Amino acid sequence: MKTTGKWKVSVQADRCQGHNRCYAIAPELFEVDELGNSKARGDGTVAVALEDKARLAVKNCPEHAIRLTQEP
Amino acid sequence: MSSKPPVKDWATDFDHTDPRWVNDPYPIWDQLRERCPMAHSERFEGGAYFPSRYAEVREISYDTEHFSSRRVIVREKKINPPMPSPPITSGPPEHRPARMPLLPAFNPKAIERLTPGTRELCNRLIDRFIADGRCDAATDYAQHIPTRVIAHMLGVDENDGDRFRTWIKMALEEGIHDVSRTVQAIGEMSAYFKAELARRGNANGEDLISFMRDLRQDGQPIPEDRLIGTLRLLLIAGIDTTWSAIGASLWHLATHDEDRRRLAAEPALMDTAVEELLRAYAPVTMAREVVKEVNIGGRQMKPGSMVLLSFPAANRDPSMFPDAGKVLLDRQENRHAAFGLGIHRCIGSNLARMELRVALEEWLKRIPEFRLEIPAAVKWSEGTVRGPRQMAVLFGR
Repeated sequence: MKTTGKWKVSVQADRCQGHNRCYAIAPELFEVDELGNSKARGDGTVAVALEDKARLAVKNCPEHAIRLTQEP
Repeated sequence: MSSKPPVKDWATDFDHTDPRWVNDPYPIWDQLRERCPMAHSERFEGGAYFPSRYAEVREISYDTEHFSSRRVIVREKKINPPMPSPPITSGPPEHRPARMPLLPAFNPKAIERLTPGTRELCNRLIDRFIADGRCDAATDYAQHIPTRVIAHMLGVDENDGDRFRTWIKMALEEGIHDVSRTVQAIGEMSAYFKAELARRGNANGEDLISFMRDLRQDGQPIPEDRLIGTLRLLLIAGIDTTWSAIGASLWHLATHDEDRRRLAAEPALMDTAVEELLRAYAPVTMAREVVKEVNIGGRQMKPGSMVLLSFPAANRDPSMFPDAGKVLLDRQENRHAAFGLGIHRCIGSNLARMELRVALEEWLKRIPEFRLEIPAAVKWSEGTVRGPRQMAVLFGR
């Protein structure tokens, strides 16, 4: 059974090198600081409509820095 | 061009300046990945390895303990002592303080501000040749875009492009065979930036040279040799690379009718298309020097050996990218390494991506149909950065 709105994205700061691929794909989910490093917007909760974009962000990060986790 | 004997076995005697590699490296890399994914060559001082798989390129990129960036170009003779251009030639812990101050100038917001001017520039270039029905896409179009944008950012004369490109060719291409060319280019670039600093005096300025001059770390200005090294890097890294990416992308579109027509008809495809063209035609190959004995991919590597760190080869590895040899403009999953991996991720990646995108968009709007005049006459650069340097195209079907 599909759960909705239960996914969260997060960026592992020690891995992010500022490629900004996630921000290009899903600016609704990620923001970029002055140095170009990315972090999840707000608490990282992914709206249902953005789940596909969140998955794409994960799969395009060259540094494997993005996590997509399901809330228990 | 080198007068060395031709390569007989790429696995044991590779030469990335051999004309076959320069003109079409992809079949060579495909073959090596199957047969000998850590190729070796004694043609370069210290010996050089060539990893052709994504896995080893990634492993080496992340390993700053065994691999130093103090030499980022594989040459026949090493330059001693190495000539630093921080942060690309730096390792931890000096790397971070050398890199951090540069980052804000290249973040997405800063690059967004440069986009309208770049669009106008592309159109001014197209205005010059569109009525001729033909142009050299490498020298009349692609080469001017990054040159003028980085000159603007540095606050130097945007008409000095020929000088910049001459220095870059000396440093990155001729310098592989003849170190004195690199040394000369570095000397001339250093003198150029010293004159730029002198010209500014203490006057306020918005450009990157003034910004670097005014930077204080622990209350101290950046020592002049480090400052000049960084300015040289910004000039070198910002020109040939993006020129090559734009040129190679146009080469692809000129030679693949279906992709060209699809991209001209579906501008929404541009997001994935730009990443895919960067993957398939990644221009930049870096180097590392082994500083501590290590085993990578079954090869015991000794200090002093060089590694030709080919992000382009990694990007063509089919175990990482399905259909790696094909350009799929709508490829959805694309963790390409065109801008490197790890701490040395290209500082200018947002700028390069913007320039490539805008250059293709403006070209395709006005020249949706074009083809190579004489395909075999396209001339590719050799060595560190790969892209077309002469590419005559005819407009129309």
